[in-house]
Amino acid sequence: MSEVARQFVMAGFKEPELMLVAAKRMRETVKGEVEAYTPYPVHGVDEALALPKSIIPKMVGTGALFGVCGGYTLLYWCSVIAYPINVGGRPLHSAPAFIPITFECGILLSALTAFFGVLAWMGYPRLYHPVFESPGFRRASIDRFWISIELAGDDPNKLQAELKELGAEETDFVTEQLQ
Amino acid sequence: MADLARTISPSITPEPLIEGPDDDLTLTDSVFAPVWKPTAKGWWFLFMICLGGTGMLFSAIGWTVYKGIGVWGNNIPVAWAFGIINFVWWIGIGHAGTLISAILLLFQQKWRTSINRFSEAMTLFAVICAALYPVVHTGRPWFAAYWLFPYPSTLGIWPQFRSPLTWDVFAVSTYFTTSLLFWYLGLLPDLAALRDRSTGKWSQRLYGIFSLGWRGAGRHWRDYMSAYTLLAGVATPLVVSVHTIVSFDFATAQLPGWHTTIFPPYFVAGAVFSGFAMVVTLIVPAREFLGLKNVITLRHLEAMNKVILATGWIVAYGYAVEIFNDWYSGSRYELGHLHEKMLGPFAPFFWMQMFCNVVVPQIFWKRSLRRSLLVMWIASIFVNIGMWLERFNIIVISLHRDFIPGSWAAYAPTIIDVSLFVGTICFFGMNFLLFLRFVPSVAANEVKELAHEMRHTHV
Repeated sequence: MSEVARQFVMAGFKEPELMLVAAKRMRETVKGEVEAYTPYPVHGVDEALALPKSIIPKMVGTGALFGVCGGYTLLYWCSVIAYPINVGGRPLHSAPAFIPITFECGILLSALTAFFGVLAWMGYPRLYHPVFESPGFRRASIDRFWISIELAGDDPNKLQAELKELGAEETDFVTEQLQ
Repeated sequence: MADLARTISPSITPEPLIEGPDDDLTLTDSVFAPVWKPTAKGWWFLFMICLGGTGMLFSAIGWTVYKGIGVWGNNIPVAWAFGIINFVWWIGIGHAGTLISAILLLFQQKWRTSINRFSEAMTLFAVICAALYPVVHTGRPWFAAYWLFPYPSTLGIWPQFRSPLTWDVFAVSTYFTTSLLFWYLGLLPDLAALRDRSTGKWSQRLYGIFSLGWRGAGRHWRDYMSAYTLLAGVATPLVVSVHTIVSFDFATAQLPGWHTTIFPPYFVAGAVFSGFAMVVTLIVPAREFLGLKNVITLRHLEAMNKVILATGWIVAYGYAVEIFNDWYSGSRYELGHLHEKMLGPFAPFFWMQMFCNVVVPQIFWKRSLRRSLLVMWIASIFVNIGMWLERFNIIVISLHRDFIPGSWAAYAPTIIDVSLFVGTICFFGMNFLLFLRFVPSVAANEVKELAHEMRHTHV
């Protein structure tokens, strides 16, 4: 936790389109980081916030590779090195018979990486965030489209007025509660 | 598909996937209503029945563990019976959930949105029921992990990886893990919405904790959607691999009736067929009682019935190939198997299977029957029964007449077998009722996204 409480100017919009315009404008004119909050993925947020591509596919790809290599290595080590048994004269290294488990290990590791990787990358679980200080933000998961601007030297009152002009239904100014 | 249909014939306008008012707040509240409403008497009634059945299940498991698996009806030559029949049946039911949630997501089939959460939950509980059987069948479940998973023990003994049964262990446990993660990840935004809509202190806290603090940030949605789609992407080949591997349990044996290459595709199609039937069986009453008719419309149900009809034909093709191969092989054992199947002591089961799985789905050719709630509900129960009989016939008919007449014997389940089977149905029902009570059974965020899309593009 940082020692200095972060401050955010927030604005809630009824329509995603208005929010997108405002988010884009804020990103271009304000120093602090702009974030958008929507109840469902809205097309255009990535462009409005100029987000780079997600890292998740690379993460999952790496997981899959580890799964496949690890799975096959496990099978090979168990069947050939650690516990070689002759079953009906079949080769100890029975590559075709190793395919199904190798495949499943690849899937398992991809799934685990996708789930835990994405949560860790997004920083969850994290039950508290300053944006929750705004009472109106409770509708951000239901039917309102919010943006937040972390203050980095801008005047909060001026920002709020500007957001109102951009069509915000309500605006707010919140401060992080430090323990 | 919708676009294609409109290009070909502009007069075709599909029915809306969401009926009635479609603003975000109304949709959220209608989807969440069953969670907030006080517990209905009917729910308690069903829950108590299922709880009783679950008690019976665990008593039967306890008795099996205490006395040994001799209390089951299977013995040589029918060494596999209810245990594996029910295992395959439950796993198959689970597959439709993954199909609906993953494959239809990748194909961008919009109609999956209202039913995916529901079917994913069905998958989870079905896989739990399925996994119970092989674990209990080991006789000493506390040793199961030691026999099945390659974990380092002081004995230095490792599982036999050339056996499809070990493949099964990996397939089913991967399948359960992936389904659980996929379901929970899909649930996150809705848990956050429940947190924000709830008024009670405890419900806020609990839903808050389970939502992990989700706040729907744009950066998060980007990564979230990427992870969700990738999970769907890995779940798709997974679901095909799981039932393929289940079919290898049989297909790699030399027994007439098992030793056939049609098994993998035919098992996968059968799984989808029975799974969709189970979704219909559950969803028809659930949408009625939970008041979800505006989001789970007749169009959804009709689409599911079309899938049942289509996969029913793949299954029918599988039956035809089996029969053809028995005849074409010229092997007296294969022919003997065919004779036993059609005219032997278990022949009524075979003909009942044909009736349930091949004849009954044909009613779905007619649009009015495809859209009749009562007809589809009864038909889906026939398919569930038919698919159970299919597994019974594959396993018992093949095993009870093998190569040497001296080893032929009849098979009958014991009361413990029946209690285990009925018990898992009740256990499944109990889990499902708890799910309907505490978790929104329709993905609210996805329905809202769809409604948003519909408002803007008139899908």
